[in-house]
Amino acid sequence: MSTESMALDKPRSPRRPAARRSNFELHSWVFMRISGVLLVILVLGHLFIMNILDGGVHRINFAFVAGRWSSPFWQFWDLSMLWLAQLHGTNGVRTIINDYARKDTTRFWLKIVLYTSMVLIVAVGTFVIFTFDPNIPAD
Amino acid sequence: MSRAVSSEDTRSEAERPGPKPAPVPEGSRPVSVKIQRFNPEFDDEPHWETFEVPALPTDRVLNLLHYVKWYLDGTLAFRRSCAHGVCGSDAVQINGINRLACKVLLKDMLAAGKQTTITVAPIKGLPVQKDLCVDMEPFFEAFKAVKPYLIAYGNEPSRERIQSPADRERFDDTTKCILCAACTTSCPVYWADGSYFGPAAIVNAHRFIFDSRDQGAEERLDILNDVDGVWRCRTTFNCTDACPRGIQVTKAIQEVKRALLFKRV
Ligand code: SF4
Ligand code: FES
Repeated sequence: MSTESMALDKPRSPRRPAARRSNFELHSWVFMRISGVLLVILVLGHLFIMNILDGGVHRINFAFVAGRWSSPFWQFWDLSMLWLAQLHGTNGVRTIINDYARKDTTRFWLKIVLYTSMVLIVAVGTFVIFTFDPNIPAD
Repeated sequence: MSRAVSSEDTRSEAERPGPKPAPVPEGSRPVSVKIQRFNPEFDDEPHWETFEVPALPTDRVLNLLHYVKWYLDGTLAFRRSCAHGVCGSDAVQINGINRLACKVLLKDMLAAGKQTTITVAPIKGLPVQKDLCVDMEPFFEAFKAVKPYLIAYGNEPSRERIQSPADRERFDDTTKCILCAACTTSCPVYWADGSYFGPAAIVNAHRFIFDSRDQGAEERLDILNDVDGVWRCRTTFNCTDACPRGIQVTKAIQEVKRALLFKRV
């Protein structure tokens, strides 16, 4: 009996590779939903503080930024916003590249550019948030 | 050989050889049928051709295609078999939306008081072979890849496999699929990259995944969990709109996603 059902398996042998049993796409899908919700709060909060509250953009200067980043809370806020936005955006663009790149080489190089830019921006941003020195002369 | 009918010919018009005059049924009105044509032997690119066809409100778009093929241009190629929405061979793009030509009534398309133009194009995302005929092989390949047949292990039961009405209900919607490809070829993700399994394959996987008699759910879920599986779906609902059988296609895809997410069928 079981040999018969084996014979039925994959009629006309499909051209697709066997499933890789990886949960990567599932996790990236879940990450997009969760980071999306968090980003709505983080980004709208950020925009509200920066542009509307207390005179908005006009009060932003070196001292204002220095003051905020002296608090671990705002450091954490900006850090999570940076990481989440970068990963969320990168994953979105990765999906678009997967959809629209026709050739494997194009896909490969576009992704290299994408991942390099993401790593650079995340690294520089994280570095600035952690090593920001409020005492450098602000001209 | 000349096809001219000599004056001595005493046969009635219908019996004479040669092209018959195109009949114009009583109560019909002329409609422009704009068809995307492509003949791989002569054309590099598809082009549009318009035919004037007398249409009755009770006609279906398929009747117009028949009229063109039978009376105006016999070279027109399209598929149809049952002509009653059962076989799924005549999915085409009508006025930009995927429909079965045999299920779209003219009375819903005739514009009051002005000339009606109906465009008919092949479904998108599959290679066009000729005119409205597309190569369905990639579509069936994705269908076969999800193992759309009962998988059961162990000894074969000596009697019928019993199922409760509630268990049957879970996959009732997806049993209705006639594999017309209207859903898959309305999906923008499928247009862009044909390696996506597409809604129809997922619908047919759903039909077995949620069947209590089947034991292959895990294999199929593994297949649909991969890069070309359900996670490529962006929930655009084009497939649900396109399905001539009224299957809630997007919902079926979401149910598969949920089964993967919560590891529960
Ligand atoms: S799900 Fe509907 S649209 Fe898709 S192939 Fe089946 S019958 Fe056609
Ligand atoms: S001809 Fe069979 S479904 Fe339209």
